[in-house]
Amino acid sequence: MTQAVPPQGAVIRVVLPAHLRVLARVDGEVELAVAGPVTQRAVLDALETRYPVLRGTIRGHDGGPRRAFIRFFACEEDLSHDPPDIPLPEPVATGAEPYLIVGAMAGG
Amino acid sequence: MSGVRVLVGTRKGAFVLTSDGKREQWDVSGPHFPGWEIYHVKGSPADPDRLFASQTSGWFGQVIQRSDDGGQGWQPVGNQFSYDGVPGTHQWYDGTPHPWEFARVWHLEPSLDDPDTVWAGVEDAGLFRSTDGGQNWQELPGLRSHKSGPSWQPGAGGMCLHTIILDPDTPGRMYAAISAAGAFRSDDAGETWQPVNRGLRSEGIPDEDAEVGHCVHRLAMHPARPGVLYMQKHWDVMRSDDGGELWHEVSGNLPTDFGFPIDVHAHEPDTVYVVPITSDSHHFPPEGKLRVYRSKTGGDDWEPLTSGLPQEHCYVNVLRDAMAVDTLEDCGVYFGTTGGQVYASADAGDTWAPIVRDLPAVLSVEVQTLP
Repeated sequence: MTQAVPPQGAVIRVVLPAHLRVLARVDGEVELAVAGPVTQRAVLDALETRYPVLRGTIRGHDGGPRRAFIRFFACEEDLSHDPPDIPLPEPVATGAEPYLIVGAMAGG
Repeated sequence: MSGVRVLVGTRKGAFVLTSDGKREQWDVSGPHFPGWEIYHVKGSPADPDRLFASQTSGWFGQVIQRSDDGGQGWQPVGNQFSYDGVPGTHQWYDGTPHPWEFARVWHLEPSLDDPDTVWAGVEDAGLFRSTDGGQNWQELPGLRSHKSGPSWQPGAGGMCLHTIILDPDTPGRMYAAISAAGAFRSDDAGETWQPVNRGLRSEGIPDEDAEVGHCVHRLAMHPARPGVLYMQKHWDVMRSDDGGELWHEVSGNLPTDFGFPIDVHAHEPDTVYVVPITSDSHHFPPEGKLRVYRSKTGGDDWEPLTSGLPQEHCYVNVLRDAMAVDTLEDCGVYFGTTGGQVYASADAGDTWAPIVRDLPAVLSVEVQTLP
């Protein structure tokens, strides 16, 4: 997959799982302005800054590890195990594709 | 006219059930927070409009919700529960050391006189307190760091601090209970703790009368007589007349002394309620008959209460936090089942009727008596 250096100051589209949309009181996708390199950490930092109620529900407080049953998808790839500071795929960084935060299929 | 508000936590959301003082017609509100496990909802004695709810999920972790209008509107507050310092280890199920890890809040106990102060009992067992309405939480590490802590082991449901009782008469005195560590008492508002398990005997642990290691399921106290405590242990119903210093068994003629909840009549400190469950391997009522047992003698002598409760083919459980009493003149008693029924009695247990029959499995029931 292309790991091009994304543009700076991009608007990133983020799709939250249904329970977190309710918690954050948002409908549909979230659009986030991310300053600097568009990485998973930068997106999650921006998301939690906009919606503090989501702190601790996706990853540990203060940027801790991803919760076990949360997955990160984009461009039909599972990015869950990628290091948090590498650039996201260019289509995500340009806003062409959303960054998906997913509750893992577990527990039926 | 006075009324009641019953706060129900279930596997898939919270429900608020309200009625007038007759407790015959009910308004059902919910599910609040649908799809989430609601371990506990409780109102502040100092401000009945202020409620706290523990909302939790295996996917998304812990959320604490607060209502300032009696459960009509809710707002998420703080959800960061960090153990104080390096938390160390307790024993895992296989006896190996296991790091203390926060899983969820089992029980919320609002202060008796300050609506901004609330205590939280969590899994892995620890005690937290907020003094700003739930925005920020600080651990009181004296309990978890008791010298016996490294030897504590989880019960089947996890190593949970499930009971917090505040003594209304003695400043600073409070009780906590942990499965499967036992009962503990603090006389300095939670700073330091001592085990209060003398008199308990538990098969299944190497030393049957050990200082800690007992699977205490629930404690109950009548506020007018706070020195007397009742306990539903894994097996055995117990009583202490001296603030937990010494316990004696009061199972008496119960058909089985295994169970989870225990509670005390609002106006009669010697009237106690339990729900006998067949055994630790059969978590359902004996003979498929759902019976609350009441003692009017502070234990030992128990009578079955069956009117209005299913007396055949009933195989539900009643969990430890799923029984409560109101303080109306005719004391109301309430309990919820894993089958989703919430039963109410407006006559101290003589007769029962379901308020609702088909909720998700009920985890907790609390009741507020409204002016």
